[in-house]
Amino acid sequence: MNRFAAILGRDLRLAVRQGVDSLMVVAFFVLAVVLFPFGVGPEPGVLARIAPGVIWVAALLAAMLSLERLFQADHEDGSLELMALEPVALESVVLAKVAAHWLTTGLPLIVAAPLLAILLNLPVEGFAVLLLALLLGTPTLSLIGAVGAALILGARRGGVLLSLLVLPLFIPVLIFGAAAVEASLGGFPARPHLLILAALLLAALPLCTWAAAGALRQGLE
Amino acid sequence: MAPSSSLHRFANPARFLRLAAVVQPWAAGLTIAALIAGLYLGLIASPGDYQQGETVRIMYIHVPSAWMALFCYTNMALASAVALIWRHPLADVIAKATAPIGACFTFLALVTGSLWGKPMWGTWWVWDARLTSVLILFFLYLGYMALYNAFDDATRGARAAAVLALVGVVNVPIIKFSVDWWNTLHQPASVVKLDGPAIHPSMLWPLLLMALAFTTYYVWVLLLRVRAELIGRRVRAIRLRQTQVR
Amino acid sequence: MSRFAGTDLACIRGERLVFQGLGFALDAGQALVLGGANGSGKSSLLRLLAGLARPAGGTLSWDGASIADDPDAHRARLLYVGHADPLKPALTVAENLAFWAALRAGRRLADSAVVAALDAFAIGRLAGVPGRYLSAGQRRRVNLARLAVSPVALWLLDEPTTALDAAAGESLRALIAAHRARGGMVVASTHSELGLDGARQLNLDAPAAAGGIKENHVSVPA
Repeated sequence: MNRFAAILGRDLRLAVRQGVDSLMVVAFFVLAVVLFPFGVGPEPGVLARIAPGVIWVAALLAAMLSLERLFQADHEDGSLELMALEPVALESVVLAKVAAHWLTTGLPLIVAAPLLAILLNLPVEGFAVLLLALLLGTPTLSLIGAVGAALILGARRGGVLLSLLVLPLFIPVLIFGAAAVEASLGGFPARPHLLILAALLLAALPLCTWAAAGALRQGLE
Repeated sequence: MAPSSSLHRFANPARFLRLAAVVQPWAAGLTIAALIAGLYLGLIASPGDYQQGETVRIMYIHVPSAWMALFCYTNMALASAVALIWRHPLADVIAKATAPIGACFTFLALVTGSLWGKPMWGTWWVWDARLTSVLILFFLYLGYMALYNAFDDATRGARAAAVLALVGVVNVPIIKFSVDWWNTLHQPASVVKLDGPAIHPSMLWPLLLMALAFTTYYVWVLLLRVRAELIGRRVRAIRLRQTQVR
Repeated sequence: MSRFAGTDLACIRGERLVFQGLGFALDAGQALVLGGANGSGKSSLLRLLAGLARPAGGTLSWDGASIADDPDAHRARLLYVGHADPLKPALTVAENLAFWAALRAGRRLADSAVVAALDAFAIGRLAGVPGRYLSAGQRRRVNLARLAVSPVALWLLDEPTTALDAAAGESLRALIAAHRARGGMVVASTHSELGLDGARQLNLDAPAAAGGIKENHVSVPA
């Protein structure tokens, strides 16, 4: 547990010292969403209709952008190799880094989401469900992304490859995340969708941690 | 001292190559025979469907392709597991050789499904659970092949791709049961059912023949690709040795 | 008395056979220096010894028990210094070192212990400097200071003297001598003379490495 805290603490400290990186992800998120009113026209009804999906897709892309560096930096300077040599399971290394990634990118995205919801005229009734869905869904994105980030270590053009690997696996989160908001706007219960998002998170927690640790082990060899 | 079993990378896969040389022509012959018989029964001898008319004949390509898409992926994942756990070099070659074949079958299933969907549902594509999950399968195949070739060190690419193949296995049961779990446009399974197939023998026979043809085609092409890959590796090994001895 | 041994080791990188039939044995307090040209497999062997890679053949054992049976125990008793110096540019030298110490020991290390470790390489005054301002030699010293923090039985050093000046090389020799006097073992690869007293030599340059299949072409008498 102390080792987990040590890695988490280090990654958070690094993120704070290099604060621009985190901000850039949020800036990308905002920019991507702001493009849509120009693309589909500023008609409020249309924007409100597509708001849940647009916000989710933008969050997905923003989360993915920052994933490429999740293990890459530690891989390049030899830190990852040494972490693999410490008497600590690689799974807890993965979990600590995923937690740091979510705290430095997932959480800022959630904070920025209400602003974007206002820009897109999303009815106020949908706000709570949108935030709740993001809260349940973005950790899953970080977990699935960790598997992809571990797989592309040392690859040529890792960024493009990562999107090819990870985006298809993000689809379930996208479907249920957007559906939850749509349901609440249409007067239906959002609970079933939120429960599925929670189930996805609970399933991804052990499976993705294990798979990412396995991929790292293969990658370091 | 004889090379220990863990050094099987040195082992000449001569036994496999001999076996492959025997099986390959049989697989090829069986493919052609079953394909001719299946196409004749399916396109000419069998009746049209009372609801779907002549378009039902797309089924004889569509359904076996979809089966093969899943079958190839399962094979690829199993071979990847063997390659990761026991480091068996042949398993790695089989997984690599299966990927493009499986991707082609998946593509065929998607295209024929789309052609079938137009007359039946009035649209080329619907975003229902079965179609979406098969599309994800297709992306998994593409991702596997891209990852395999993304590294300068070929063994590194092989291992990363193997891990991805195992991760993607979660998609296989989702595809299989998507039509039962979600109430979708895509019709439910009618051949593989606990209480016997819900399909008339005159349509079942050509379907099974086509499935046989597709399976033996897979075996045929797989052996071809594996043999080519093994020969390619031997050439690389000889080249490497020449540069070292010099 | 502990004993670290390898028998009949083989290594394949990419599709190339780097070495095979390699053996060694090391008792407490002994040092092994790996020699050989570039590409002869010194780094690969050190990675095998660290457990970062699985040998393509042969076994590694500690006190007669195979390390493959208990990799966690093996990791707990070794320290590995590789080619790269894992310093984060945004963290100070002390923070970098304290992180590695915490990861190794599972608890926070006292600041005085961190400074003491840095002083072993005469860089105590750099403790508050961010990693990005360090020269290559200084980065190497910080990396090597990890050796002074945690007492473990086995040190695996890959070209430890790279970028070091004469004084730092002397500090390293003193550190290794003290480690061996405590009964520790060292395996180091080097191009230059490391000057370790009574160290065994293992030369990975051998004609058979160039594609031959002859067994036991490089081995150290146990």
